[in-house]
Amino acid sequence: MEGIYFDNNATTRVDEQVVEAMLPYFTEQFGNPSSMHSFGNKVGLAIKKARMQVQELLGAEHDSEIIFTSCGTESDSTAILSALKAQPERKEIITTTVEHPAVLTLCAWLEKDGYKVHYLKVDGKGRIDLGEYKNLLSDQTAVVSVMWANNETGTFFPVVEMAELANAAGAMFHTDAVQAAGKVILNLKDTKIDMLSVSGHKLHAPKGVGVLYLKRGVRFRPLLRGGHQERGRRAGTENTTSIVGLGKAAEMAMEAMAFENTEVARLRDKLEAGILAKVPRSFVTGDPGNRLPNTSNIAFEFIEGEAILLLLNKFGIAASSGSACTSGSLEPSHVMRAMGIPYTAAHGTVRFSLSRYSTEAEVDRVIAVVPEIIAQLRKLSPYWDGDGPAVEPEKAFAPTYA
Amino acid sequence: MWDYSEKVKEHFFQPRNAGVLEGANGVGDVGSISCGDALRLMLKVEPETDIILDAHFQTFGCGSAIASSSALTEMIKGKTLDEALKVSNQDIADYLDGLPPEKMHCSVMGREALQAAVANYRGEVWSDDHEEGALVCKCFAIDAVLIEDTIRANNLSSVQDVTNYTKAGGGCSSCHEGIEEILVKVMAERGDSFKPGTPSAETAAPAAMTNLQRIKKIEAVLESVRPQLLRDGGNIELLDVDGKTIYVSMTGACAGCQMEALTLQGIQQKLMEELKEFIKIVPTKAGALSRASCNP
Repeated sequence: MEGIYFDNNATTRVDEQVVEAMLPYFTEQFGNPSSMHSFGNKVGLAIKKARMQVQELLGAEHDSEIIFTSCGTESDSTAILSALKAQPERKEIITTTVEHPAVLTLCAWLEKDGYKVHYLKVDGKGRIDLGEYKNLLSDQTAVVSVMWANNETGTFFPVVEMAELANAAGAMFHTDAVQAAGKVILNLKDTKIDMLSVSGHKLHAPKGVGVLYLKRGVRFRPLLRGGHQERGRRAGTENTTSIVGLGKAAEMAMEAMAFENTEVARLRDKLEAGILAKVPRSFVTGDPGNRLPNTSNIAFEFIEGEAILLLLNKFGIAASSGSACTSGSLEPSHVMRAMGIPYTAAHGTVRFSLSRYSTEAEVDRVIAVVPEIIAQLRKLSPYWDGDGPAVEPEKAFAPTYA
Repeated sequence: MWDYSEKVKEHFFQPRNAGVLEGANGVGDVGSISCGDALRLMLKVEPETDIILDAHFQTFGCGSAIASSSALTEMIKGKTLDEALKVSNQDIADYLDGLPPEKMHCSVMGREALQAAVANYRGEVWSDDHEEGALVCKCFAIDAVLIEDTIRANNLSSVQDVTNYTKAGGGCSSCHEGIEEILVKVMAERGDSFKPGTPSAETAAPAAMTNLQRIKKIEAVLESVRPQLLRDGGNIELLDVDGKTIYVSMTGACAGCQMEALTLQGIQQKLMEELKEFIKIVPTKAGALSRASCNP
């Protein structure tokens, strides 16, 4: 058995057709797209095609709105820093407590430079309060950065509506859509979204390539300055092979959009229902009625996530966890904490993220294995007593802080 | 994924002595649920002999926490309480053929659970009093409080200094920015300002000094430690400087004091830092030098 990969929100396998599309650009089509000769010209045309394929996926009005970057993080940093540079009189940023570190760490750093960052809180299901958001928007807001879908729970944010509100307040709107791109229809031409980040490796393109969508007319200050690549908006010789790969992957994602939202969603639902039915004291985190079709985040109470992952791995199953130990930090996932999930459950959250390559047999296998693993670990847990949690678990075990 | 030893994996996949121990008479609950690691250690101790007849554990935690707990119970069974208390966290890590640096706290937790369980058996109250702040160096698990205290206590002024004193920043170096911020804050408290790129004392090139300047500097260092010596009823006197060797005499209570060597070592260190060169301090009785030179 080859192993079951249910960690597609972390990264995805590059589709073989994508690899095939890329291969010529390592060897026979090695030219620099900026060159005058025919070696370069053909590569330039390939990039043009990729740009149009991505334009199609994003529903952008113009292909010139697509800027190729090196990753989602670069796109996020470029967007936020550009908005601040372009509007020096505005000193405030609005984001959420559950953003990816690509945005949160940058915001924390900007706070040291004197910017005021407002972090929108989320409720128990990971939803923000639009009323709170409206109150925060002002003529001081330079940029709003809110993810399209949360990477841990898959929960969607109302970014289209939020972009309208930001636009009305004269603020720029950026969204990190690395998890959403390829899984939901993004009709950007009909929105007020100014900037949007995409990461290639989340949609079966290679790692090391990303996209920043920049709506025509939005004022922009490049992060990397130098050559005229990407119309001077992102200097540096193009990662031609990966850009070609991302174009192909975007085209394929467009074709698979319906499949992702029906078949992949069905498998995800089956997996989730199967596990919840067999494992007591487990629950879904986030907003199950409003989330990515491939993601299920389940909290298993009274045990720790790294231990779960190690045992899953022994059975050839790959997933990820919001536990502190897996990230090398001492705190569990900030997303779980923001939703108010208690520590005894937050450390035991496991994210299963499927892809269009996931199969029914794989789902059945995981449903069969997970309950055993959870029971095995609970036997070791000081919060667990026989077949159920200890009476008043938090009192039954209250360790000395050490 | 962590690079766990085979022994860690084995103790995680087949933990020994897991579960409730009936008739336990010493129980220690330690850990932090917010950090995701907590452990209950249960001991059955024979009252006449203080021998640990059986030991079980229950752990809420990661792979290495479970393995450390399992290893601990194996290590202490059959030992007397006093023998068991000699088991250090390093012993637990060694028993498991090592733990990744980020996971050493799991072995510390095992050791603390043991102390807590023994205290519980003996009817004492065990409390862990170390302060913990935000984790700065993830490689060596060094928190902000420890770094701040160390900077204050030793007047440190560079990231390199902090690494030398606490290990923080000695691994992946991704926390150097965080350490600089702590330096800025703590140095501001003492009216100093952090200067990036200031070479630490150890790496500064020795400045050329005349003999007179050098001797004055040595005198100044001795002057700075003199009050402390006087307080203890002793004193120090510079006799001669011969290249890299500095002859001093210890007088009063310092002469023959058992701590003399330690005191001199401290002074030697201070001199090296001030002179920025390698020197040796040699204690000599006053007058011995001239005699020595008369009788080659």
